[in-house]
Amino acid sequence: MTAAVRAEGLVKTYGSTRALDGVDLEIPTGTVLGLLGPNGAGKTTAVRILTTLLRPDAGRAWVAGHDVLADPDAVRRAIGLSGQYAAVDEQLTGFENLYLVGRLYGKNKTDARARATELINRFRLDDAAGRPAKTYSGGMRRRLDLAGALVAEPAVVLLDEPTTGLDPRGRLDTWAVIGELVADGATVLLTTQYLEEADQLADTILVIDHGRVIASGTADQLKTEVGGERLEIVVGEPAELPLTARVLADVGAGEPSVDEQHRRVRVLVDAGTKSLIEALRRLDGEGVAVLDVSLHRPTLDDVFLSLTGHAAEEE
Amino acid sequence: MTVLTQGIRDGGIIAWRNLLNARRNIDWLFAAVVQPIMFVLLFAYVFGGALGGGEYREFLIAGIFVQTIAFNSAFTVIGLCNDLQKGIIDRFRSLPMSRLAVLLGRTTSDLVVSSLALLIMSLCGLLVGWRIRGSLLDAVLAYLLLLLFGFAMSWIGALIGLSAPSVEVAQSAGLMWLFPLSFISSAFVGAGTMPGPLKTIAEWNPFTAVIQSVRDLFGNEAPPGMAPPEGWPADNAVLYALVSSLVILAVFVPWSVAKYRRVASK
Ligand SMILES: Nc1ncnc2c1ncn2[C@@H]1O[C@H](COP(=O)(O)OP(=O)(O)OP(=O)(O)O)[C@@H](O)[C@H]1O
Ligand SMILES: [Mg+2]
Repeated sequence: MTAAVRAEGLVKTYGSTRALDGVDLEIPTGTVLGLLGPNGAGKTTAVRILTTLLRPDAGRAWVAGHDVLADPDAVRRAIGLSGQYAAVDEQLTGFENLYLVGRLYGKNKTDARARATELINRFRLDDAAGRPAKTYSGGMRRRLDLAGALVAEPAVVLLDEPTTGLDPRGRLDTWAVIGELVADGATVLLTTQYLEEADQLADTILVIDHGRVIASGTADQLKTEVGGERLEIVVGEPAELPLTARVLADVGAGEPSVDEQHRRVRVLVDAGTKSLIEALRRLDGEGVAVLDVSLHRPTLDDVFLSLTGHAAEEE
Repeated sequence: MTVLTQGIRDGGIIAWRNLLNARRNIDWLFAAVVQPIMFVLLFAYVFGGALGGGEYREFLIAGIFVQTIAFNSAFTVIGLCNDLQKGIIDRFRSLPMSRLAVLLGRTTSDLVVSSLALLIMSLCGLLVGWRIRGSLLDAVLAYLLLLLFGFAMSWIGALIGLSAPSVEVAQSAGLMWLFPLSFISSAFVGAGTMPGPLKTIAEWNPFTAVIQSVRDLFGNEAPPGMAPPEGWPADNAVLYALVSSLVILAVFVPWSVAKYRRVASK
């Protein structure tokens, strides 16, 4: 089997909530799958099923060739998990936390110690290694938790929102770590709400919403699917927004979306720079003060918007 | 590795982690060390003073031992509930470790705590005039029986800890069930003077049997005028205490482990 992770028809319901509503996925060995979706989409539920923490109501899944339902122990030996909320022991030091995980993976004392030291260095926790984790900042905890997932050099690594709560440097570090993992041959599933992150890291992106896969493919494929370019105009006065929206509705190829907070109007356009010039000429004629104007290829935000009818960060 | 040896190895690692945790937690240290001292002194002088002086004080000690050991099961309840709420159990459950280990590790570390509490209480007891009047072997048996009973109580605590929806609930639920059990027993009064149904409950309450066994083994007699418990459990106190502890274990070990498997796989 070439897929390191495979799932078929995963369903999980909580009362009337269908957290997962028939999800299929497949991650070829050595690649990164980005599971992208807004709050409540079902990302964590999917991760918990694949890591044997949760039994699905229906469907089957295999991780590293082992059935998660029939042979959970074999799955656990092959995976490393960093959950959505850092699960570190507050009273233990950073070093002790990693040592503990190493021992529980079956390592002897010497190996567990060596591996903990190695990871402490790699995650820039040297200065804090001897302090209880309760004194760590949120970002440091997050890094410690991620380090915990890598203790046993697992073949399949599952990371639930690994960069949430990290500062830009922490985020870049984490991205670099994921890059190294893949370079070393690991398979990675990561969930994220950051479209930019999926774009950066993932070979394949699976967009889920309300427990269903609504799109999948590479970032480029998804962008092409949505098509066209986006024209974005920022005006000086909120009062000018309706007029601007009307003009862009004329010029553009779709319904403009208005962001009142940023006094911004966006629309899909067919004719690129021609549309841009046309829009500016007409807004100028109407006496609208344009502060900023841009034309860009669709981002995953746009993909999301066009697929679900709502922006990823909303809801 | 067989299931059992892996369970013991991993359980040992978890127990090490729990004890390390405990040592660094001031609240916990207070509860584990100061509370036993307080119990012995408070009960010995407040109750002992009011109800019959030195003899009653010696009689009380076994009751205080058993109550404290049983109340230590609240550590199991709170510890497990905490680990559950903080997602630590999720982390453990994603590791290729024994399913028994987290519970066995917790009950074992709490057994260590109970041993410490017993040591502290014995020293305090000696200070207030309590003595071991029986043989050394009997005294060792008494301590072993106390620890076995504490271990059994811990496993009931494990089930409560895994079932509690929050740490606050765990905190009160972990103690609540112990109050009737420890008071409707011969811990502080002679069960013989209780009214009808309470008397029967007290006589068959495993607490009473453990307390009675410990008193017998330490050679601590009831003060004159105190009606000791009667009936088969009282006449066969050690046997009944042993059997009830083992029955509790036989029921609650598998039940807690089953709960552990399910709890995080909601
Ligand atoms: N234990 C539970 N009990 C009841 N409902 C639950 C439970 N766990 C998840 N849900 C529901 O299932 C749905 C999916 O939740 P899930 O945690 O998988 O979302 P998510 O994509 O990880 O969201 P987020 O980005 O907020 O982490 C949500 O509607 C959530 O409320
Ligand atoms: Mg989530």
